[in-house]
Amino acid sequence: MQLVLEKRTERSNTIALVSPLIAIGLTIVTMVILFAILGKNPLLALWVYFIDPLTDSYSLQEIAVKATPLVMIAIGLSLCYLANVWNIGAEGQFLIGAVAGSWLAVKTHGTDVGAWVLPAMLVMGAAGGALYALIPAICKVRFGASEILTSLMLVYVADLFLDYLVRGPWRDPNGFNFPTTAEFDPVATVPNLIEGGRLHLGSVFVVIVVIAAAVLLGRMIKGFEIRVVGAAPRAARFGGFNSKQLILLTFAISGALAGLAGIIEVAGPVGHLQPGFSPGYGFTAIIVAFLGRLNPLGILIAGLFLALTFIGGEQAQIAMKIPLDVTKVFQGILLFYVLACDSLILYRIRLIPSSGQVPVPPI
Amino acid sequence: MQNPKFLILDEPTAVLTPQEADQLFIVLERLKAEGRAVLYISHKLEEVKRLCDTATILRGGKKVATCNPKAETAASLARMMVGTEIKQVRAAAARQITVPRLVVNDLCLEPDDPHGVRLQNISLELRGGEILGIAGVAGNGQDELFSALSGERRSNDPGTVVIEGIAAGHLTITQRRKLGAAFVPEERLGHGTAPRMKLSENALLTGHAASGMVKYGFIDTPATLSTVDRATEAFDVRKAKRDPEAASLSGGNLQKFVVGREILRKPAVLVVSQPTWGVDAGAAAVIRQSLLDLAAAGAAVLVTSQDLDELAEITDRIAVMFHGRLSEALPTAEASREKLGLLMGGSGLDDHKEAAHAARA
Repeated sequence: MQLVLEKRTERSNTIALVSPLIAIGLTIVTMVILFAILGKNPLLALWVYFIDPLTDSYSLQEIAVKATPLVMIAIGLSLCYLANVWNIGAEGQFLIGAVAGSWLAVKTHGTDVGAWVLPAMLVMGAAGGALYALIPAICKVRFGASEILTSLMLVYVADLFLDYLVRGPWRDPNGFNFPTTAEFDPVATVPNLIEGGRLHLGSVFVVIVVIAAAVLLGRMIKGFEIRVVGAAPRAARFGGFNSKQLILLTFAISGALAGLAGIIEVAGPVGHLQPGFSPGYGFTAIIVAFLGRLNPLGILIAGLFLALTFIGGEQAQIAMKIPLDVTKVFQGILLFYVLACDSLILYRIRLIPSSGQVPVPPI
Repeated sequence: MQNPKFLILDEPTAVLTPQEADQLFIVLERLKAEGRAVLYISHKLEEVKRLCDTATILRGGKKVATCNPKAETAASLARMMVGTEIKQVRAAAARQITVPRLVVNDLCLEPDDPHGVRLQNISLELRGGEILGIAGVAGNGQDELFSALSGERRSNDPGTVVIEGIAAGHLTITQRRKLGAAFVPEERLGHGTAPRMKLSENALLTGHAASGMVKYGFIDTPATLSTVDRATEAFDVRKAKRDPEAASLSGGNLQKFVVGREILRKPAVLVVSQPTWGVDAGAAAVIRQSLLDLAAAGAAVLVTSQDLDELAEITDRIAVMFHGRLSEALPTAEASREKLGLLMGGSGLDDHKEAAHAARA
């Protein structure tokens, strides 16, 4: 017997919907094996990972809080990936957005300024992320530099720049020498939606962003341009679409969304700027984008799912002493399976008896 | 060289001038006389009739018939290939030649890739109601000329390409479409259409410029679907469902859609490259007839083709491209295969140019 991948004449819409589910299923099977090897009860572990967090209000809110940056970043990344440009540096744009917005919070700290501070911070965060994303985009358009490498390397620049700021000029004088800024003033903080809860205004922004992206990609000519440039560059040029302009545009949008997510995270759940405030949202968002099929609604669901693994991972660490790194392994395996299952959209698997005869492809 | 007993040739004359093809046939006759077997694959019926002793006709991957091509007519062979009677292409009785709609003035363009051809001093004038053919062996600058005319490559000098009386050499392809120009490139899949996108989206690909498919940045989906329906209706596009992906259509049906998409826009100028390349004879007849009808309706049509029979059938004048230069256009009635063949091989072109320059001076 022989396994053969055979090209489909038309992409299969059924598989396009089912493929993420197959990937999740395969991931869970792999995790069960992994838990068993670690000597933990696999069923209990799965329960703690995926069901427990859904049972109380605190965890549910926490899932929304974690999903907020993931979905917002992933929506921007999906535009890049649809246009066939590979922004891997959303983590850096996320950090720079946080830094750009925090600048205002730090400068106005302790002064008597109005309610304009928070909106201005959000705008600055988005602008900072967009400008930072434009660096690899311009390098690609102008010099043909690989945006994969440049955007990825700029993550480390952003990371160290943030580190320098909070250890140096922006350090809280009353912070016992910890590398962190002072706690942001109330006017510089993203308000909570529930009194005493964790759910904040950023989640509302995410819903707006998801709807806007769905309209852009489904109904607007600009979204169509993005998709054509990615799917068939020569046809896009024939259609009169400027691919360089679209590279800049998609990078700018994804940078702006990552930056916005960054400042919302810092001015919201975290409350101050400190190194390591992101558990790699910018990278996990890549998984979210692909798990969500680069589709806005899919990304929303995928973001909630990945957020669940973060929360579940924390609970598994507490309840079962399963290392937090297992969560990262889980996310990596998931991306691997998602990409593998995607090949089934364009190809079908066929078993061919190995009797030596040449298979006749169906017409 | 390897002293073969059996030789397979697949469309060998696509890249040859008529004279070179004649020489090939002489060689093949000699090989046959020496007792060697030749399998000759071609869609050119005249070649098959002239060269072959037995012909096997395939349609849709199945053997349809085996016959003696010398005993058949080209029409009967074509009927076997297509399975139905092929309509004769008919030109309108009286076509009105009107104003110049597409003018190219001394166009020079450096190639953008190292294997490209440099366009040198290309000039032509094409009036409404007229079909101009551009002949030439593949790779003599036809692709580059198409990009220069379409605006996929732009010139710094606006005056090099004039569409409907407006200098357009510096304009983008979208702006040129708004002036009334339409384009059909040689490659259907990947250039003329995005293969993995639906036909309605591919209608939008060229229709977004000037066909009212976009309002305030939003796509009018019903308008794109109606373009698909009208093209299907007018050009008999066969497909499995209303709006399939471009890649799922057969070559002939996709080409009918691509040509139909542009003709439905009622262009003033149509630039079309290899309109019937790799297309079955039935679809080819539909496409050629539509080009004639478009010219009869007053449009200027520029057809690039390597198929001299096709050019003889539908054009009014024929010019020849060789090494990035374009000859003066000959009236089709005077353009014998011999004359065209010489031009395609590069002889006589320079004399021609010099004579033309002298006449102008």
